[in-house]
Amino acid sequence: MDCKAWEGFKKGKWSVEVNVRDFIQSNYTPYEGDGEFLAPPTAATKKLWEEILKLSEAERKAGGVLDADTSTVSTLTSHAAGYIDEKLEKIVGLQTDKPFKRALQPFGGIKMAEQALNMYGYEIDPEVKNIFTHYRKSHNDGVYDAYTPEMRRARRAHILTGLPDTYGRGRIVGDYRRVALYGVDYLIERKERDKLLTDGDMTPDKIRNREELSEQIKALKELKKLAVIYGRDISAPAETAAQAVQALYFGYLAAVKDQNGAAMSIGRNSTFLDIYIQRDIERGILTEEGAQELIDHFVMKLRIIKFMRIKEYNELFSGDPTWVTESIGGMGVDGRTLVTKSSFRILHTLENLGPAPEPNLTVLWSVNLPEAFKKFCAQTSIKTSAIQYESDDLMRPEMGDDYCIACCVSCMRVGKDMQFFGARANLAKCLLYAINGGKDELIKDKTTGKALQVSPEFSPVTGDGALDFDDVKEKYEQMMDWLARLYVNVLNLIHYMHDKYSYEALEMALHDTEVRRFFATGIAGLSCAADSLSAIKYAKVYPVRNEEGIVTDFKIEGDYPKYGNNDDRVDELAVWLLKTFMGKVKSNYTYRESVPTTSVLTITSNVVYGKNTGNTPDGRRAGEPLAPGANPMHGRDTNGALASLESVAKLPYEYARDGISNTFSITPASLGKESAERVNNLVRMMDGYVTDGGHHLNVNVFSRDTLLDAQAHPEKYPQLTIRVSGYAVNFNKLTREQQNDVISRTIHQNF
Amino acid sequence: MKGYIHSFESFGTVDGPGIRFVVFMQGCPMRCLYCHNPDTWQFAAGKRFSANEVFENVLKYKSYISDGGGVTVSGGEPLMQIEFVTELFSLLKQRGIHTALDTSGITFDKNNTAEIDGLLKYTDLVLLDIKHIDEQEHIKLTGHSNKNVLDFARYLSATGKPVWIRHVLAAGITDDDKYLKRLKEFTDTLKNVKKTEILPYHAMGEIKYEKQGIPYPLKGALPPTEERIRNAKLILTR
Repeated sequence: MDCKAWEGFKKGKWSVEVNVRDFIQSNYTPYEGDGEFLAPPTAATKKLWEEILKLSEAERKAGGVLDADTSTVSTLTSHAAGYIDEKLEKIVGLQTDKPFKRALQPFGGIKMAEQALNMYGYEIDPEVKNIFTHYRKSHNDGVYDAYTPEMRRARRAHILTGLPDTYGRGRIVGDYRRVALYGVDYLIERKERDKLLTDGDMTPDKIRNREELSEQIKALKELKKLAVIYGRDISAPAETAAQAVQALYFGYLAAVKDQNGAAMSIGRNSTFLDIYIQRDIERGILTEEGAQELIDHFVMKLRIIKFMRIKEYNELFSGDPTWVTESIGGMGVDGRTLVTKSSFRILHTLENLGPAPEPNLTVLWSVNLPEAFKKFCAQTSIKTSAIQYESDDLMRPEMGDDYCIACCVSCMRVGKDMQFFGARANLAKCLLYAINGGKDELIKDKTTGKALQVSPEFSPVTGDGALDFDDVKEKYEQMMDWLARLYVNVLNLIHYMHDKYSYEALEMALHDTEVRRFFATGIAGLSCAADSLSAIKYAKVYPVRNEEGIVTDFKIEGDYPKYGNNDDRVDELAVWLLKTFMGKVKSNYTYRESVPTTSVLTITSNVVYGKNTGNTPDGRRAGEPLAPGANPMHGRDTNGALASLESVAKLPYEYARDGISNTFSITPASLGKESAERVNNLVRMMDGYVTDGGHHLNVNVFSRDTLLDAQAHPEKYPQLTIRVSGYAVNFNKLTREQQNDVISRTIHQNF
Repeated sequence: MKGYIHSFESFGTVDGPGIRFVVFMQGCPMRCLYCHNPDTWQFAAGKRFSANEVFENVLKYKSYISDGGGVTVSGGEPLMQIEFVTELFSLLKQRGIHTALDTSGITFDKNNTAEIDGLLKYTDLVLLDIKHIDEQEHIKLTGHSNKNVLDFARYLSATGKPVWIRHVLAAGITDDDKYLKRLKEFTDTLKNVKKTEILPYHAMGEIKYEKQGIPYPLKGALPPTEERIRNAKLILTR
């Protein structure tokens, strides 16, 4: 293929096959300078953003949802064109025919779709309900048809929580850049060729592959129609920067019209787009103002992606997140930085439009990044608390230089890897199960009225003497064996059904046909479990039993080392936990030859997990939140910020390739006295953390007083953004309970 | 050599350049009215660590402090345990780590400098706290004359050791223009001053007095206003 659209680009492998990485490497312009060149928002940008702020305020006043479709099932082409202000929008396309109107997406589960509508005062169209109840099965129904009684018990007891069995699994990132670079016709042609090659004996796998390829081809054809609805043609490659941004966005928009996935991330796009912007600027057909306007309008669209979700979902993942994660920067394997002027432009949207939680701007940090870019990031973090950082130096050796982050911390090569998202297992609760032989410390069996036996009966800890570390550890390992096996099987089942009833045809059409699949498990309660083991080992912990003999509380004598203080005695226990659990996950069969991985990430579900976990041996009271991600328990990291970071950095990334999340909060004054010092110190801190093997860091710079004031006067802080666990939220969108959890977290402060 | 140590801060950002690992030594002869660390006054208290143990602890943070940061020994008054600090600094300098000494200089004796010379050999920067330029006021504020402090400042100037002058600004105690100007005249005579820092008084130490059961000498005192801070900056850093 050769065409006018590619004039001025250096040809290479990319021009004869689908290979976006090669296109980038052959054509991008690294940028080592600072942000002085950046342009302010245009009048159109300001006007559009004001409109969006008005709609946001109306949505907040309406209780969280402004408008919802109750009868049109969302597909790529289900809705007529919608606009905020057609004349002003440089980038067009909405999920439905009106901004802030949420789509009806029942393929994940008709019950959830109906419940979500009911919760906000809407009624689902009876005909849609009828169709999805009697004629078209949804993912959720499939899963529940196959669940075993043990799986249902584990789910009810919340030792497994957040499972994608009632909603879309998400975390699959199409390579949306392909739409811009190649045009849809070429992509269809390639997929048709792949389908022809899938021939021979019709094994179930081959039949499935052929069916999926057909679905992908249909989705690509629909994608072209979606553009036509907006008067655009994306069948051929984009010729200008404006067309490239628009085509890429149509690709993404199609994905969110098709799927209500938990995390709908967008990939790694700014440096790709920079090539088009740079070419247009050199041709004299685009100014810096024009370039920034394109990025601002693109980002505005990403900020208003919305899904219809139930209240329980919001308790797990607070603040209405969509995880439109965009990965920025990083280094190339050839040593050149992948930072371009557009890396700055996309971060600059936080200045032009003010802070916001979405898109989830994720800087891929390397100690070798240009110093000016590092400083620009630090400065933006200090100002907005809206950026997360992930170590490019850790990920690049394994994943190359064209990977992106899905959701919060999940690393995948764009268009080449996908993952089966698996929520997480509660290791703190698992420890209590080890002590009680698999009987739940909180939940009763409905028939006997006694503690619910969730796992098969294991031998519990006996006697009232101080817990013996070796005894508990042995029982804990057995319980982890049980939990890992059950967990993996639950996920095998869920993903089988998701593929069957809610296959992501459009997103997978923007992947290579041969993809690598990850089986992404997760761990919750790591720090609580590590501290509990430490208490048992270094202090004396006596069990306290209820009348039934179940250990429901603990009496602790003496002190013990706590995770988060750079103390090897306990940090090693956390490492042991991770390695042990991952080892057990790995020993099980995983669906579709997927590669098992795990993450230490809780999103904001640490609150819900804590609610469903009884008193723990570290002294944490029943119902209190666990720490988010790999964070130390609140207030126990008392040796300063770096000691806390170092404890987390000890967790070996090679055992948690799906990411290790750490959320860090500090007051501005504690970063230094003057603004330049603060920027420098934050840069050096990031360099140190990444050098020592830290994977992810959410950086929040604010004081507790600000949060308290925002809690009391939300109207004063319409755009207060804070980073929670792998993503950012608008503080006002958190429930009061979640706000309190954030307020009680360690905010590093010194004076 | 073991030292009595009050505490460590792994992410010090206000005591010297860059990210500092700060060692707060136990014990201080001064009783500054505005002191916010009364828990560091008592000698032979706190925890005992060998210089080597502290050094090993610092090395855990070398990735953070090696580029533009370093180690600051503060207190308490570090010079009260000068042997310990000297050993620690010599270990740090062997590893190329930047060292800063945060001191009031109160123990300096210009007629007997052998010990301090031994320490300064391994010290990259002195953060010299001049509490008050006027001798009588200095006595009122700290219980000691400022003679040794000023001698120390001159000595550091003569030996060419880089110094940051630090001055705590407390309304009605150290913020009189007359004295600020005199302080400026004095620091102008020094050849080695790289920076002059104004540290506005704050009442966050009050809670520590309560915990120690010591009456708070500045009960009800307010931090200086933005305007007074600006004024002091104008005078001292012009």
